Amino acid sequence: MIKIVKRPEPSSLAALMAPIIAIGITLIGCALLFLLLGKDPFTSVKALFWDPLFDPQIASFSRPQLLVKAAPIILIALGLSVGFQAGIWNIGAEGQYITGAIAATAVGLAFWGSDSIWVFPIMGLAGVLGGVAYAMVPAILRVQFGANEILVSLMLVYVAINLLAAMVTGPMKNPLAFGFPETRSFRDFPAAYNTEILDNSGLHYGVIATLLIVAIAYIVQTRHLFGFQVRVMGLAPKAARLSGVIPERMVVICFAISGGLAGLAGFFEVTGPAGKLTTEFGSGYGFTAIIVAFLGRLNPLGIVLAGLVLALTIIGGEIAQLTLNIPAAAVLVIQGMVLFFLLAADLFVRYRIKLSSKVAA
Amino acid sequence: MTPTLSLKELTKAYPGVVACEAISLDLMPGEIHAVLGENGAGKSTLMKMIYGLVQSDQGAMTLNGTAFAPASPKSARSSGISMVFQHFSLFEAMSVAENIALGLDKAMSIGDLVPLIRNVSEAYGLEIKPEQRIAALSAGARQRVEIIRCLLQSPNILILDEPTSVLAPQEVDRLFTILRQLRDEGKSILYISHKLEEIRTLCDRATILRGGKVVDRVTPKNQSAAALAEMMIGARHSSAKRGQAQYGKVLLKVQNLSYKPSDPSEIGLSNVSFSVRAGEILGVAGIAGNGQDMLFSALSGEVRSTSRSIMFNGDPIGQSGVRGRRKAGILAAAEERLGHAAVPDMSLTENAELTKNRSRGRGFLNWSMARGFAKEIIETFRVATPSERTAASALSGGNLQKFVIGRELQQNPTLFVVNQPTWGVDAAAAASIRSAILRLAASGNAVVAISQDLDELFEIADRIAVLAQGQISAPMDAAQATPAKIGILMAGQAA
Amino acid sequence: MDWGSLSIIGMLASLIAASTPILLAALGEAVVERAGVLNLGVEGMMIIGAVAGFSAAVTTGSPWLGFLAGMGGGMALAVVFAVLTQGFLTNHVATGLALTLFGLGLSAMVGQSYVGQKPPRMPDINFGALSELPFLGRVLFSHDLIVYLGILLTILIWVFFRYVRAGLILRAVGENHDAAHGLGYRVILTRVAAILFGGAMAGLGGAYLSLARVPQWTEGMTAGSGWIALAIVVFASWRPERVLVGAYLFGGITILQLNLQAAGMTLSPAYLSMTPYLVTIIVLVLITRSRLSRSSQAPASLGRIFYAPR
Repeated sequence: MIKIVKRPEPSSLAALMAPIIAIGITLIGCALLFLLLGKDPFTSVKALFWDPLFDPQIASFSRPQLLVKAAPIILIALGLSVGFQAGIWNIGAEGQYITGAIAATAVGLAFWGSDSIWVFPIMGLAGVLGGVAYAMVPAILRVQFGANEILVSLMLVYVAINLLAAMVTGPMKNPLAFGFPETRSFRDFPAAYNTEILDNSGLHYGVIATLLIVAIAYIVQTRHLFGFQVRVMGLAPKAARLSGVIPERMVVICFAISGGLAGLAGFFEVTGPAGKLTTEFGSGYGFTAIIVAFLGRLNPLGIVLAGLVLALTIIGGEIAQLTLNIPAAAVLVIQGMVLFFLLAADLFVRYRIKLSSKVAA
Repeated sequence: MTPTLSLKELTKAYPGVVACEAISLDLMPGEIHAVLGENGAGKSTLMKMIYGLVQSDQGAMTLNGTAFAPASPKSARSSGISMVFQHFSLFEAMSVAENIALGLDKAMSIGDLVPLIRNVSEAYGLEIKPEQRIAALSAGARQRVEIIRCLLQSPNILILDEPTSVLAPQEVDRLFTILRQLRDEGKSILYISHKLEEIRTLCDRATILRGGKVVDRVTPKNQSAAALAEMMIGARHSSAKRGQAQYGKVLLKVQNLSYKPSDPSEIGLSNVSFSVRAGEILGVAGIAGNGQDMLFSALSGEVRSTSRSIMFNGDPIGQSGVRGRRKAGILAAAEERLGHAAVPDMSLTENAELTKNRSRGRGFLNWSMARGFAKEIIETFRVATPSERTAASALSGGNLQKFVIGRELQQNPTLFVVNQPTWGVDAAAAASIRSAILRLAASGNAVVAISQDLDELFEIADRIAVLAQGQISAPMDAAQATPAKIGILMAGQAA
Repeated sequence: MDWGSLSIIGMLASLIAASTPILLAALGEAVVERAGVLNLGVEGMMIIGAVAGFSAAVTTGSPWLGFLAGMGGGMALAVVFAVLTQGFLTNHVATGLALTLFGLGLSAMVGQSYVGQKPPRMPDINFGALSELPFLGRVLFSHDLIVYLGILLTILIWVFFRYVRAGLILRAVGENHDAAHGLGYRVILTRVAAILFGGAMAGLGGAYLSLARVPQWTEGMTAGSGWIALAIVVFASWRPERVLVGAYLFGGITILQLNLQAAGMTLSPAYLSMTPYLVTIIVLVLITRSRLSRSSQAPASLGRIFYAPR
């Protein structure tokens, strides 16, 4: 007879182990999945998790990609983790990422051809504001009318995808693109281009900004009143109120942070790795970041590690798609699995399993 | 005569605690049998075993002479045992009839059930309208729903767990009339309580539990309340004593404070006015749910009101929030320990930081200072805990209560607002909390103590006002107040 | 643009069909949420239902086996959700999100080889003279069986909540799981059953999308229908009859904007495609705002984790 018994207090060891165990079981789950698809499980798993880093032919191309892919995911996840800790569910980071990129692009196109050093920072500011403004919709609707922020923020992702389509086929369309739905490329606009700082490293300004924000987030979370209040709000909202937190203000701040960082990520992406807006610009980073936030235990350092792991699966997925004909969507399956196993492993943080020989009546 | 229900050496252990140890008890037909004990004495676990909610580790039960081991409440009910819970097991958004239907084991359409409910409610004088929604009912009416639900099963044994804790004195009398009527019909009643006076008036026999064991069996009518208390608690605790109070100027003046809650089924505050002087303890009596929580939030600053409706030291503070009020010297300790006064999953250090006054540091936290503050509270208030790193949820109710009250008192409030200071706390901890509150007042500070426990208010308060239906009565001197006077006010216009 | 090409009768007829996937999924979710479980994985269960139904129908040539497979697919994903939330006591919100991601990914993998294929056609129902009626004939008597099944299920669930004891118990579990447990009801069992039912309904809705509405398989073809279904449940205050109204409303908007696009309205089609989502948000706000009486509030135990020490 298996019994689930509540622990008197949460186990921090179990909390630390859960992501590692979840990733381990996911690897096994992947192997099984590929076996079912008729692929060699060992080669497939190796292609996903090992080759991008260590394969002599692939790694030179894919290793820099790791930072390129991980930076936006980590940046968005950092923002989301604040809200998730406070029990505020912004599921629409993908939308805020897109609107941030649109806002930054709009500014960039407006200053097209300028060589001022201010163009790039102003575009960045526009990106942040674009994300914040878009995140304010679910925040204000929740605070003012009590509308469910999960549903509203998610609906807005679909709105943003359509807005993006409207922009790249309409006002922001590149007149020289022969009817392709895309904007001008920032590669042709040096003052606005987020260039690779070291050749073949994947290191661009966005990566540096991300590292800086990781450090700030870590300090705020462990040492600052705001980080403390966020945690209290999530664990016991009434206690937060009694300690002076104003819940409505907290909802707005959390959405502003997550929207702003998502917008910033969109800015770095459109000016750098993507180079321009297309209908395909929304690549799902906003959703991957949700998983990264959880897998990283909502802790900035954990999020960095989790972001690197999931970026690896994305790159591995792209490679496996080319070399092994594994569908690109396999990456989503892996992400879903990681979260399943993580949530399941979390049971042992609060409970322990007791095996009793006695059969319950 | 064979007992209706007989318990033999029942034992139930949970990790780290033996809730019941070899408890034996005989319940005879036509008797009201009290199970008397403090919080944590094992009363609730004992009842859950009889009702099939938990299974005993050892021991056995017989029902009318045959072996009885209910695997579920359903099988207990089919054997003729019914239970009225301490925290009502009702479904707020559903109607009275639907709630009663859920309590019956045989399926019955609501249409067929309504006349049955009417019959029972007439036979026992339990006024209730079957189509009413539970959310709209008073505590007394809710209890009547529970009792009707039990009676429709025609039980031989009725278990009541702390049935009077939420009732006004008049409602208690009505309940007792019904219970006596049931006893005279030959039913057996197990009556769980820690209230000595009511056990002396109502019950035929009493089994007294302490620390999970039976310590005595008595006929309560032949015992004094003091003697019963001693059996229940063991050692005597020095009762707090109010000294000769010296009052200063008026510190808190509440004038026409009104609050309309967003949920229409909740009671708000209407035109509440009172004042408290330095050195004075104002007791606010009344049954929970009559605006108590609202009054607490309005004073703590969690809820804001019009600026001049609350004056502190001559300043209007109705519009200032929690932090503004804490800075001004108003500290508050909430009723709900886990979740409101403290964060269950956080350590005592973090919980100490929760409402600590912060003046410097630009919002940066000093954890070593917080640790020191937590240790200071633990020492000063004798909080039993392995360390300050322990999570709040791991502490016993009494110890956590000492911690959260101590956290505020240690910061020397000018005005201390406390809601149910000793609710669900063992006698020793309650005594130490009450003396700490008295000491605070004696050193010239003001206290507003909101409490359902009349005995407690008589012990500590200088003046007592009653909050009923969101309205407050004019405070009366504690020396002139009697339970009867307060009871009339408590019933208010309530149903 | 060409206003003359807009046919009211045609739009009414197609809105009923267009609403069916969302209606089915939302009805299922209404039952799940009434039991106190918040399953945000509707989108994932729908798309798995879509791909499972499509592949089964193409393989066997029978649309009915396809619908059964769709229900099975949605239910299979619901099993995962039930095991995690009820067995491993996981957070409903996070688990539902994982379910959606997993479902979107898995469906794309499974469906890869079915892209571009045509599913077998569903036979029409012969209503005889009824379908000849002016106006009503087109609007009400021109549909396939699943459309009527959706309406029938709305009525059945309404009866279930109102007059069936099991429905009363399910609502009790969602309202106050501790009290229901105290009365001896099987909280976990009730919830697992509700979750599986919700999975089957979402799967059926998805299968209807790929087999009848579109009809073909494309990656990510649910395009947020599952999320709209979730919003409709809130809009409907957890009542089946209002779910029907909500689903028809959103079906109507979808059809209207599609017709406007087809009629060549000068606005970019991207703006028109936004409208169903924007209207969902607006309605959600209006409904939450006007909610005054307790009777239309969410089940009190919704999304809360139930744990009973024994």
